[in-house]
Amino acid sequence: MRIYFDNTASTPIYPEVIELMTKILKENFGNPSSIHHFGRQSKVTIENARKKIAGYLNAAPSEIFFTSGGTEANNMAISGAINDLKVEHVITSPIEHHAILHTLEHYENIGKVKVHFIKLDDKGRIILESLEKLLKQFSASFVTLMHANNEISNLLPIKEVSKLCREYDAIFHSDMVQSVCHYKIDFQKIDIDMASSSGHKFHAPKGVGFIYINGKRLKINPFIIGGGQERNMRGGTENIAGIAALAKAFEISHQNMEEDEKKIRSLKSYMVKMLSETFQHVDFIGDSMDKGLYTVLSVAFPENVFDDMLLMNLDMEGIAASSGSACTSGALKGSHVINHLGINPDRQVIRFSFSKFNTFDEIDFCINVLKKLNSKS
Amino acid sequence: MNKPIYLDYNATTPLNSEVIGAMKPFLEEHFGNPSSTNYYGTITKNAVEKARLQVANLLGCSANEIVFTSGGTESNNYAIKGIALANKHKGNHIIISAIEHPAVIEVCKYLEKLGFSITYLAVNNAGCVNVSDVEKAITNNTILISVMHSNNEVGAIQPIQDIGFIANAKNIFFHTDAAQSLGKVPVNVKLLGVDLLSLAGHKLYAPKGIGALYIKDGVKLEKMIHGAGQENGLRAGTENVLEIVGLGKACEVALRDLDKNIIRLSQLRYKLYQGLKEILKDNILLNSDLKLSLPNTLNISFKGIIANNFIHELNNNVVASAGAACHSDTVKISHVLHAMKIPEIWAKGAVRFSVGVSTSEQEIENSIKHIVNLYILKTK
Repeated sequence: MRIYFDNTASTPIYPEVIELMTKILKENFGNPSSIHHFGRQSKVTIENARKKIAGYLNAAPSEIFFTSGGTEANNMAISGAINDLKVEHVITSPIEHHAILHTLEHYENIGKVKVHFIKLDDKGRIILESLEKLLKQFSASFVTLMHANNEISNLLPIKEVSKLCREYDAIFHSDMVQSVCHYKIDFQKIDIDMASSSGHKFHAPKGVGFIYINGKRLKINPFIIGGGQERNMRGGTENIAGIAALAKAFEISHQNMEEDEKKIRSLKSYMVKMLSETFQHVDFIGDSMDKGLYTVLSVAFPENVFDDMLLMNLDMEGIAASSGSACTSGALKGSHVINHLGINPDRQVIRFSFSKFNTFDEIDFCINVLKKLNSKS
Repeated sequence: MNKPIYLDYNATTPLNSEVIGAMKPFLEEHFGNPSSTNYYGTITKNAVEKARLQVANLLGCSANEIVFTSGGTESNNYAIKGIALANKHKGNHIIISAIEHPAVIEVCKYLEKLGFSITYLAVNNAGCVNVSDVEKAITNNTILISVMHSNNEVGAIQPIQDIGFIANAKNIFFHTDAAQSLGKVPVNVKLLGVDLLSLAGHKLYAPKGIGALYIKDGVKLEKMIHGAGQENGLRAGTENVLEIVGLGKACEVALRDLDKNIIRLSQLRYKLYQGLKEILKDNILLNSDLKLSLPNTLNISFKGIIANNFIHELNNNVVASAGAACHSDTVKISHVLHAMKIPEIWAKGAVRFSVGVSTSEQEIENSIKHIVNLYILKTK
């Protein structure tokens, strides 16, 4: 049996999306910048995708710019704020994705900006008073905070943050890579300047994403410069198959969102129940047990129950999960998020993350494997 | 209506069936994040590394010198900004040709705003840079030379090896945008003496949204896309596995079929040119030297027509381009023809036909008929 509990790292592509992409890859190859039949066909595909996505987000199509993924979108937002809008202070949290933290670190190293970190509570939630204090101290700064944390699931009180940012005249960007297509996002209700999204977190392929830029509030320059595509905001021939796939995955996710959420929540609750029954003193990190992003369950096993080979042993038993985020899971340092929370390093932390394609049987299987591994060690 | 005949392979290419075949399992089955250390991630990680080797083999370099990007434009951005920003303490002068792709020219214009100084090299009437001009343009402040391997509009192949020799002797970084050349002519980074080379998947029968940058071992760039440690720390972002696999396969096929393709493409192009020349005679003018240009590219001017209008009608039957695809909705004469000093009266009528591996002799014969008929109708 092979079980995939690593859906925060990446997701399988929806069958309907595969079908659409196969067709486009075979038939729809014109360069969207070409004015002939083949080019126009591709152009229409892209613009329809943009309209569809904008529709689901209650944004204008002109506010959606396709990128090669979430990392490029995050880089573009930060570069735009620093290089074009000339912000001098950035406010963020220590548990952002590396695409945010390392980019900011770069700009701080070259002396372009000062980075300030919001304080978190012991569950890893941002403390709004700490944000307000920083906003007061550094007016007209750039605030970048992720909507849903990929490792510990915590959700940002986005409306409150947005309100504070407006009050102190800050530019507000959110990395929404984990929340788009898992929650209904309405940009008329969430007052935000920029947001990032990535296809492969919601059953579209890797290598495609987008940045939302609030057209009423700001204008930045392209991050990748070239032939004037994306209305002069992003050079490079468009990834047509990826873009069409992104829109299709949007459609499917939104059509089934409530039902899928309900299913995933019940899978997670079942896992919580089974783990709590099986292990004494098991903890669920951040808000992942209930209030957080419903796809993620971050589990801290009790000390001395498993050794540090747990992740590998699970994999050998056919269960794919991760420790921290995928992007750091190979690194010896461990996760910067988990480290920040001060979890006892002798406790094994495993992130299980679910999709609608998981089943209760898989959870039973996983619990049995954990029992088996426990009795061995 | 029949589908028009596609003679616009320099704008983009359809996917090769072997490429689609290689991609299929990564579309349908293998979706793991290559950074995940589990079973799913290992499969995709291995696939990315296999593709890296396939690309390296085509270019004649080591796999660790290849970085995957989202396409030729990103590769050019990364190479040029990366060298400029990492070496600004050494100098601020960059030399490029006047006929570069917008992805190079626009990046240099951006750098100009940051205080860099750019020299734009003229080209001769065959569309080629003169090597002596490169030598003359070099100053003590020159940190980078960027000249495309071949031009997308007229196909002119540039004297890269000679420029490489000069650049290496003077310790100046040398970049070439080879997006148009791969699969059409031999390109070997070691023979050419380049430090950086950009390529784009969709110009060689792989999908759009994927490309690569060759970075010679030891050459340091200022990083462009920051984040997690993918691509050996050189380009962050979850790898576009599906399209990387496609690009790898396309490179393997391009290398395997190169000799065969060079002969076939040049025969098809020659047939097209001869066919038109025989009938239209002095009403057409060649905008390149066929011996010095890509075997698939035929850029000719038609006397007394406006190419944009002509193409608009021709495209119902034969798809070609007036000027480069990236700026084809503007009527002004392309910067390439302008740099070649093609007289305006001819430049207005310049059309680019580019053939590809799936072009048939029959398509060429039919194209000649369509082109000639329309030309006669238009100039009656």
